[in-house]
Amino acid sequence: MSEKKFSKKHEWVSLDGDVATVGITKHATEMLGDIVFVEVPDAGKAVEKEGQAAVVESTKAASDVYSPISGEITEGNKAIADDPGSVNSDPEGASWFFKLKIKDKGEYDSLMSKDEYDKFCKENPS
Amino acid sequence: MEVQKTALYNYHKNLGAKFVPFAGYEMPIQYKDGIVKEHISTRTHAGFFDVSHMGQFFLEGDETLIESLEKIIPADLKNLKVNHSKYSFLLNNEGGIIDDLIITRTEKGFCIILNAACKENDIKQISQFLNKDHKHLLNNDLSLIALQGPKSVEILEKLIPGVANLKFMTGSNFEYEGEKLYVTRSGYTGEDGFEISISNTKVEKLIDYLISNEVKPIGLGARDTLRLEAGLCLYGHDLNEKINPVEANLKWAIAKKRKEVGGFNGWEKIKNLLANGSEKIRVGIKPDGKVIARENTKIFSSDNNEIGFVTSGTFGPSVNAPVAMGYVKSEFSEIGTSIQLEVRGKKYGGKISELPFYKKSYVK
Repeated sequence: MSEKKFSKKHEWVSLDGDVATVGITKHATEMLGDIVFVEVPDAGKAVEKEGQAAVVESTKAASDVYSPISGEITEGNKAIADDPGSVNSDPEGASWFFKLKIKDKGEYDSLMSKDEYDKFCKENPS
Repeated sequence: MEVQKTALYNYHKNLGAKFVPFAGYEMPIQYKDGIVKEHISTRTHAGFFDVSHMGQFFLEGDETLIESLEKIIPADLKNLKVNHSKYSFLLNNEGGIIDDLIITRTEKGFCIILNAACKENDIKQISQFLNKDHKHLLNNDLSLIALQGPKSVEILEKLIPGVANLKFMTGSNFEYEGEKLYVTRSGYTGEDGFEISISNTKVEKLIDYLISNEVKPIGLGARDTLRLEAGLCLYGHDLNEKINPVEANLKWAIAKKRKEVGGFNGWEKIKNLLANGSEKIRVGIKPDGKVIARENTKIFSSDNNEIGFVTSGTFGPSVNAPVAMGYVKSEFSEIGTSIQLEVRGKKYGGKISELPFYKKSYVK
């Protein structure tokens, strides 16, 4: 599995061959607070880069989760839909949101590295 | 208008509060623990809420004060005993709810607790019915602290002996730190608890004591999930000037005598609604799955006709499921009726549910 890359909308992506795994960052979960509802896409759905792909709701509000990369969904993580609170405990590990077969690796390469993302968060506090 | 702060603003800051603007005040929405933990600790131990943004409105006067207030408030104020409280409303000419409130009889008159966002208009509306002998004061020198949860009585009794004897919706004067304070047994969470009216100069000391007894600070976020589980209305969401008490399913809060005799704003309309029922009515709603039906979610019948809308909706941590309230056409208001909720363009199943979602434990 490749190193994680990060988007400005607080998603992370890792790549295994041409299949990407996408989730939301720890920083995102800290901003959202207690997560109580998650909706993940079904396999077969086509998503565009920066297009809406999933939904996450905290006690405070509902937010869209965007795909930082375009492709076709191969799997939504049903485990987090059944146990939304698990996203708070392991957002960058077991609680990934969806996997997709990507079309253009260039989209992945253009995302931020971990260091760049940490710097981005510091410069753009919510 | 400048943003206002309560006397405890810096105290909240030191406790790690996240602030939001609310009704013209900077108020804590949550502290470090977050909404769910704050909610649970209120239900299992005790939590305190700074509700000093609410108006503490004192009225003094002779017998004519009762007559004046009864023109806009449909409670039986004449027979309200000193130190007893009632939940009621200010009504407009159409029977619409200008604000919901708690009114307590005092030695010299009444104290009314008003919603922060409404208090200035409320006083204007009430003043129309007062005469020059009626004195009134919105007391900004007082803070208001709600202490809620099963351990509240044990903790407060140690500090202020005698509060344990108060029954639900009654109050009394007590001594604390050489000053008078007023405590009522009431609240907005569905738990046993108290509301403490205390001078701004002593409030920090009271909070020090509560914190030393592991009472957690609770923000507006958990206040909302707690009150919604308890089936209690939030003005500006579940209630407004276009909604009357019959539609709001709050006709129990209109005194029996007042229902018969009337003499308050909007009575003609309300009398008619009491006899014939209203077209729409406030109900509890439980989505079937985990989806949260928030405010303004459209409600449909099982055969796809639009029948109403959600006015409050969230995830209920103690119910461990989403909960909501809203208005539906009265013929769909029976408990157990299947409905559909349109969330992000997709329809999800749900049912009309009993209120409260979470059973209360008031001391009667």
